[in-house]
Amino acid sequence: MDVLGAHSLVAFAVYNPRFGSNEGEEYKKLLYYYPEDVEINEKIKTIGLCEAIVQFSRTFSRQSPARALHTQKNRHHFYEAEEHFWMVMVVKNPVVMKENSEGKSVPEYQEDVLLDSVYNAVLRQTYTMFKLFKGTFGMAMEQGGVETLKRRLQEFFSRYLLTLRLEQCDLIDTLGGISFFPLDKMTYLKIQSFISMVEFSFAHIQFTAFLYNEQLVWSGLEQDDMRTLFKYLTTSLFPSTIEAELAGKESPIHVSFPGYSQHYGRFLLGPRSLTDPNSPLRVPKIHVYIGSRHSELHLIVYKALSAAVCFLVDATVVLTLDFFQRLDTLVGPQLTLLASDIAEQYSSNRKPASSEKDSQFKFIYFNHMNLAEKSTVHVRRAANPSLVTVPTELLHILGDINSDFASSVEDEEVTVKAMSDYWVVGKRSDQRELYVILNQKNANLIEVNEEVKKLCTTQFSNIFFLD
Amino acid sequence: MAGSEILEQESSYLELCRTPVRFEEISSVNNVFFDEANKQVFAVRAGGAVGVVVRGLDEKQPISFRLEDKGEIKSIKLSPGNRIVAVQRSGKSVDFCNLMGEATEYSQECRGRNCYVLGFCWTSPNEIVFITDQGLELYQVQAEKRSVKLIKSMGTSFVNWFVFSSEGPTLLLSLTPLGNVLQPVLAKVGNLVKLTKFEVEVPVIPKPPRLCLTEPDVTTAVIYGQLYVVVLRHRVRTTPSQAGSEVWLYHLSRDGHTCKIHVLQLNSTGCFATNVVDNLVVIHHRASKTSMVFDIQLKKVSEGPVKLHQPVLPSLPICPFTIQPRAGASLGAGTAVTTCELYSTSWIVFRPDIIMDAGLGYLWSLRLRLPRIVATLPDRLQLVDFLLLRRDCRPVLLNVCSQLLSGGQAGGLAVVSLVFDKLNSVYKEWLEADKSDAAALDGGAGGRPPTPHKPVRSHAVVDQWEMYTSVLVPFAESKTISYKFVIAVLMEYIRSLTQFHIHAQHYLYELVINTLVRNNAFYQLHQLLQYHVLSDSKKLACLMLSLESFYPPAHQLALDMLKRLSTANDEIVEVLLSKGRVLAALRFVRASGGADIMSARKFLEAASHVGDSLLFFCVFKFFEQRNQRLRNSPHFNPGEHCEPFVEYFKKLFGEDDFTPLQ
Repeated sequence: MDVLGAHSLVAFAVYNPRFGSNEGEEYKKLLYYYPEDVEINEKIKTIGLCEAIVQFSRTFSRQSPARALHTQKNRHHFYEAEEHFWMVMVVKNPVVMKENSEGKSVPEYQEDVLLDSVYNAVLRQTYTMFKLFKGTFGMAMEQGGVETLKRRLQEFFSRYLLTLRLEQCDLIDTLGGISFFPLDKMTYLKIQSFISMVEFSFAHIQFTAFLYNEQLVWSGLEQDDMRTLFKYLTTSLFPSTIEAELAGKESPIHVSFPGYSQHYGRFLLGPRSLTDPNSPLRVPKIHVYIGSRHSELHLIVYKALSAAVCFLVDATVVLTLDFFQRLDTLVGPQLTLLASDIAEQYSSNRKPASSEKDSQFKFIYFNHMNLAEKSTVHVRRAANPSLVTVPTELLHILGDINSDFASSVEDEEVTVKAMSDYWVVGKRSDQRELYVILNQKNANLIEVNEEVKKLCTTQFSNIFFLD
Repeated sequence: MAGSEILEQESSYLELCRTPVRFEEISSVNNVFFDEANKQVFAVRAGGAVGVVVRGLDEKQPISFRLEDKGEIKSIKLSPGNRIVAVQRSGKSVDFCNLMGEATEYSQECRGRNCYVLGFCWTSPNEIVFITDQGLELYQVQAEKRSVKLIKSMGTSFVNWFVFSSEGPTLLLSLTPLGNVLQPVLAKVGNLVKLTKFEVEVPVIPKPPRLCLTEPDVTTAVIYGQLYVVVLRHRVRTTPSQAGSEVWLYHLSRDGHTCKIHVLQLNSTGCFATNVVDNLVVIHHRASKTSMVFDIQLKKVSEGPVKLHQPVLPSLPICPFTIQPRAGASLGAGTAVTTCELYSTSWIVFRPDIIMDAGLGYLWSLRLRLPRIVATLPDRLQLVDFLLLRRDCRPVLLNVCSQLLSGGQAGGLAVVSLVFDKLNSVYKEWLEADKSDAAALDGGAGGRPPTPHKPVRSHAVVDQWEMYTSVLVPFAESKTISYKFVIAVLMEYIRSLTQFHIHAQHYLYELVINTLVRNNAFYQLHQLLQYHVLSDSKKLACLMLSLESFYPPAHQLALDMLKRLSTANDEIVEVLLSKGRVLAALRFVRASGGADIMSARKFLEAASHVGDSLLFFCVFKFFEQRNQRLRNSPHFNPGEHCEPFVEYFKKLFGEDDFTPLQ
């Protein structure tokens, strides 16, 4: 199979049908459109189509109108992010060039390759990301009306959409989980102790999140906000800083003041230099919800070795260089020590990885209750955010099984024999899902079942996971 | 001036005991003696002829008796047990008198020719040692026969003076013309054993030689269970920058070896007296009317083998003491209640903690007021170190913890954390000692004998339950403290316990959970449970189940916890059935191997409540198959009480479907 054009973003729009209900004023509905240099009529046509489809499908289901429109070339995904505010994402189907009867090669669109569940999740996530950095649409309307909202949408999406790697989206994006770093009790308590110490030394710090190896250890934020922040950190911030590090722009060893012990701490989000008062400050603001209360916070990220800490400071506080210096002096040495502690504990606890076992089966685990996600299918490294170690057709099967699970409430188990030597097993027990990919030549159903059972007893013995 | 005095009084941490021993004050007709070994004060009127009254700190009733007036009494002491009184009137002999029976005196002259009796001391209820200027003589006193028998004598070079300690009992003899060579002698029952003598350094050796070390400057004291020779080294200083007087502590180890190991720096000069209270060395300074407190386990700077000490507490005067007028005494105008003069010249200080004012007729023991020290020592870590070494410190420690937690948050957490570590270190030591003691008792039947006594729980041991009830619960319930600080403190405590490998009890975890739940911090709670920071227990699992209506994931957390406990399979089944997850429950029981013994009725009942007839069908057929397998018949036993469900099945599916599967 020869894939010529990878599927990619055709269009992206935000609109509110209430803003231009009169004929001839349709352009007023439009709040943001990508690509920006498209004819206005083309833009209006796209959102008009979506509006019509949604309106039409409402006749059949008031609660959940259509979420996607399949056409030969494209797929449209719709999402009502806030009341009357709609988002549309148009993704191109993959194309394969095939020879027709006359010997000419013509494009053939692969209509079944894209998964609605994946791209609906991606669309939803573009909204939560916007909300995290810019606040809700409604808030922008309150603060400065349509123009403010349009400006914020433009500011955010013109940059953010370029970072979407739609070709690489799969089940893991549907799940949108948080990967947790495994730790023993004592080390975990030490981290707790460190966080409390910092929080009570700097009264301005309202929340803290602790990550190790780009996996979450502790979040003072609520789950939904953390999910989005986690996504931002792992797919955007960390990759960009790794690139900078590789390019040698920032020296990893940082000696802030003479006399202080050397440590490896530095700000990923913070001042560029701790000594130059005129150096640029890179501290974005984020919008989070504690209970139902909205608060705006400065996002400071500090990293030492593999440990990264997010400090969230009330946005009304003016951040001074002195504050960063004091934070650096307190956190730097302690975090360096803690990070090397964790590394030591981690490497001593980790069982010797048997490469043979690795190749035999891979799995994706997800728990809806705490969004915990674990995947051996993906090799997530900041430098290469989504490296898949199995054929993409298997991921497609995984996506299908996931859609099946989503449409029922019972615990179930699905076993699929794939085209190649692979078996794919999906299990759901209460709120947990497990997807296993086995590569065993000539295995039969019973053997596959045994293998999965074995996997469950070795990997998931400490949770209630029904066989 | 007056203000600062009140302040000093308020913070004074030393006090004279409230119930002093009162005796007839010293006068021309009344002589007063004190026996340090038995802590008894003797009031001797007219040489004993009018009467001798003995009062002690330990005795409730005074002992009184009469002696014949045979001249001036130099020394008088009762034997341990108060059966015999020994009186020294001359330099040659000691007289004895039984308190029971016939009051006729009997006497014993010292054996050595031309020797002079410096004094005597009782080393057991019927053994007495005479200290002469030429050595020691050990006698056995047979009260019944009213006879005294020499058991052992020991000659030495010329003895200047001696000091006696009932610890051992040990005698210390001052030898050589300078008096600075001290010979310790252990007075065992029926025997005298010389230990290695040692020399107290003398700064300048006078010529011609004369006594440089005198009796008032040398005492013994038991500190932290060890016997020390306490030597006061006077210094005369002309400018304040010069070093002040010092107290040197020589450790008299049980193997007979003596060495100087502690130097207490007094930073002043003048007249000093020493008490030992609760293992603290208290040095009273007459000139400044203050007392210095040293703890040989704290605040030390090592200088070679010797440790130099500064006072651990600021030097303050003893609390004022008011004197009640003697009942029956003639009341002069305005003399109803007077304040006793502290550090007066008529004070005599004895070990360990006795202060006597012979002029007033008062005998006190010196006490430490621990709660007052809390305010005196602002450094909380030093304070905790200090308190941990004190008797009865537990309530004060708990109080200090409470204060520390309520005292605000800025920078406090680091201190709280260290304080927890200090407390738990002691707690762990005790747990270990308790454990090894239990092990020794178990293994006692074989080889080595069990330890004679169970380790006594030190007052410094603050266990989890006390911490929980006295400190953490009131703190967590305080309305004025942010819940985040409460959680931080609780987690610190759990961290500290875990660090010392002490198993934290579930009530601590419950407190964490309840605090988080009260503040809707469910996600944080979830993370703590996810990392198993709050250890699994059935109690905790039940608590989580009860939280499900507030936070649905609690259900999953509870089930996971029950699963990990691996002893809670019944509970898991109950939980699943209560949720109507009958099939899940069946699968679980089957997987855990309990399918043959589970109660069919329970499952059928749960299935019938779900209202899903297909589910009921499945469950019913499952049990029919089980019956078939176990008893070769698909029918239920009458004992299983399943008749209503058989009827229910027939009603739902008719008789035809009831045909059991073959």
